[in-house]
Amino acid sequence: MDIHEYQAKELLARHGVHVPRGGLAYSPEQATYRAREIGGGKWVLKAQVHSGARGKAGGIKLCANDEEISSAAEAMLGRKLVTQQTGPRGKLISRLYLEEAVDIAQELYVGFVLDRKEERVMIVASAAGGMEIEDIVEKEPNSILRTSVDPGVGMQRFQAREIAFGLGLDHNLIGKATETIFSCYQVFRDYDASMLEINPLVVTRDGNLIALDAKMSFDENALFRRPEISELRDKSQEDPRETFASDRGLSYVGLDGNIGCIINGAGLAMATMDMIKIAGGEPANFLDIGGGASPERVAKSFRAVLGDKNVETILVNIFAGINRCDWVAEGVIKAIREVGVTVPLVVRLSGTKAEEGRRILADSGEAVIVADTLAEAAEKAVAAWRAAAKKKAA
Amino acid sequence: MAILLNRSTRVIVQGFTGKIGSFHAEDMKRYGTKLVGGVTPGKGGQTHLGLPVFNTVKGAVRETRAEASIVFVPPPFAADSIMEAADAGIKLCICITDGIPSQDMMQVKRYMRRYRFEDRMRLIGPNCAGMITPGQALMGIMPGNIYLPGRVGIVGRSGTLGYEAASQMKALGIGVSTSVGIGGDPINGSSFKDMLKLFEQDDETDAVVMIGEIGGPQEAEAAIWARDNMRKPLIAYIAGLSAPKGRRMGHAGAIISAFGESAQEKVEILKEAGVIIVPTPSSFGEVVADTLARMKKAA
Repeated sequence: MDIHEYQAKELLARHGVHVPRGGLAYSPEQATYRAREIGGGKWVLKAQVHSGARGKAGGIKLCANDEEISSAAEAMLGRKLVTQQTGPRGKLISRLYLEEAVDIAQELYVGFVLDRKEERVMIVASAAGGMEIEDIVEKEPNSILRTSVDPGVGMQRFQAREIAFGLGLDHNLIGKATETIFSCYQVFRDYDASMLEINPLVVTRDGNLIALDAKMSFDENALFRRPEISELRDKSQEDPRETFASDRGLSYVGLDGNIGCIINGAGLAMATMDMIKIAGGEPANFLDIGGGASPERVAKSFRAVLGDKNVETILVNIFAGINRCDWVAEGVIKAIREVGVTVPLVVRLSGTKAEEGRRILADSGEAVIVADTLAEAAEKAVAAWRAAAKKKAA
Repeated sequence: MAILLNRSTRVIVQGFTGKIGSFHAEDMKRYGTKLVGGVTPGKGGQTHLGLPVFNTVKGAVRETRAEASIVFVPPPFAADSIMEAADAGIKLCICITDGIPSQDMMQVKRYMRRYRFEDRMRLIGPNCAGMITPGQALMGIMPGNIYLPGRVGIVGRSGTLGYEAASQMKALGIGVSTSVGIGGDPINGSSFKDMLKLFEQDDETDAVVMIGEIGGPQEAEAAIWARDNMRKPLIAYIAGLSAPKGRRMGHAGAIISAFGESAQEKVEILKEAGVIIVPTPSSFGEVVADTLARMKKAA
């Protein structure tokens, strides 16, 4: 789960990391009011969306007076910011963050990630901050410092100190940098973060160390013990199709194709989507219905998939181990009758009670295209989608 | 004996008396697994499904000489249960639980290193379907009837995609020595490489099918190891050709976050290492059959 920059900064500031003075605004008036509160003569207005690369997309503006703040806020609010990371649909700007402008002497990069190879928290730092880490890796590979944390004892101060010295900082900044890096680690650990990135961490002309930006993501499996983090969720930043599904306990990822998928198991779901692609179609979504799916849960999945107006065919692929194909079949019939399925529907049932499931479909008299194998299911789905598209065009 | 699990492996269930634990314990017993008891703290001394219940894993090991344990404990408590098993001298632990926090798993892995390599527990999972040695024993949640006993090993992240592979093989009369699900989490107990090492040494396995997916470095690591050390054919499929970067596809671990983690990139790395590629998820059966036929010809 991602949070906004201002939320991450609040969290970090509470644990001793220095951030610029700033305030949240939902309107141009509020933004200019915030400027008075903060004081000074230069401010930065930042669109709060769950994405990096906001500057290039017009989501960050330097302002010198009320008029500039007001017109920049006017231009941003209610608009969708499309960055390299958001995809073409973009993300809605409904909150702005106004900060005092900072006099920058040097920009650094500090990041904390879960390293899957080492199975530890890895700290990555570079004196070449301000650009994306991918670019640092490419352009300044020798500037990158890495160290990993022993999960038995946690990060030690010497590790933070080594990074501070490694960044080539002035001696009077070593203490501040050590504390900043150490505090970041504590926030990462104490809130079950999966990613924390300060880019840039800046050295100011008056010799301070300030987190100018902050990005954080959290381990969704740990939210049960971090209620204060769960509260920071902003559904306006999510794909509404995904919010609908996740509120119903379904694992769903929206994509751009036309063939809606309802499948059990993440691996089989990905493989089925691949099969659709190989057969010449494009999947509209990833949906894992999970184990022990009741007819109600199947019907809910149909609602989630059909919530996407681009869906022109549905493919159900179930290989039941702990699931039961007869329940899934009942769910399919329930969905047809209650939700209303007007697009072609292809169903493949395999595993536990597959025979019973197929019989339920056959006896229902509903227009269900049945397939026996994965390949057949994908081919029939793509063929049905093509035929439907042709009919629509004609 | 295939790998890790056979008909004489003495198995206990952690989270034995719960709904899910009970359901699968019964299923495993029916399949022929040598189930010797279970653990539910506070219910020690009771009998469940005709087997003794213990308060602690140590108690269960002492009384039943259990060597393997399967964990169905809910996510907030699962890491604790795994460490309890490691400390009690369990040799093989399979954790089915989905949703364990990453930091808990980092601690579990660190904790397991307290023991000398020879005494260290082998952990499979979490968030996996478990393991089956067809015709002998089941320690997992997979439907036993889709596996034919035989001589091809299967190791995969995903449960249901593993079923797909096994059933395609069965349709062509190809059996399985052991099938292992290593799970879909970013940090897991055993890697693809760990399992390949066991299959390579196993006299009852002739070839291995590896079912990977997007995200993480384990498929590539396994391929490099296989290139340098494996004499048996390795056949692999990578799921997630259509997955976009940066989006988590169900499994916590199935997310492309670095170079070399997309399906296309992994397939390239595997090909270069000489791994036989299954081009589509509907051709597991064919590719395995082809490979076995070629081996026969060469012999």
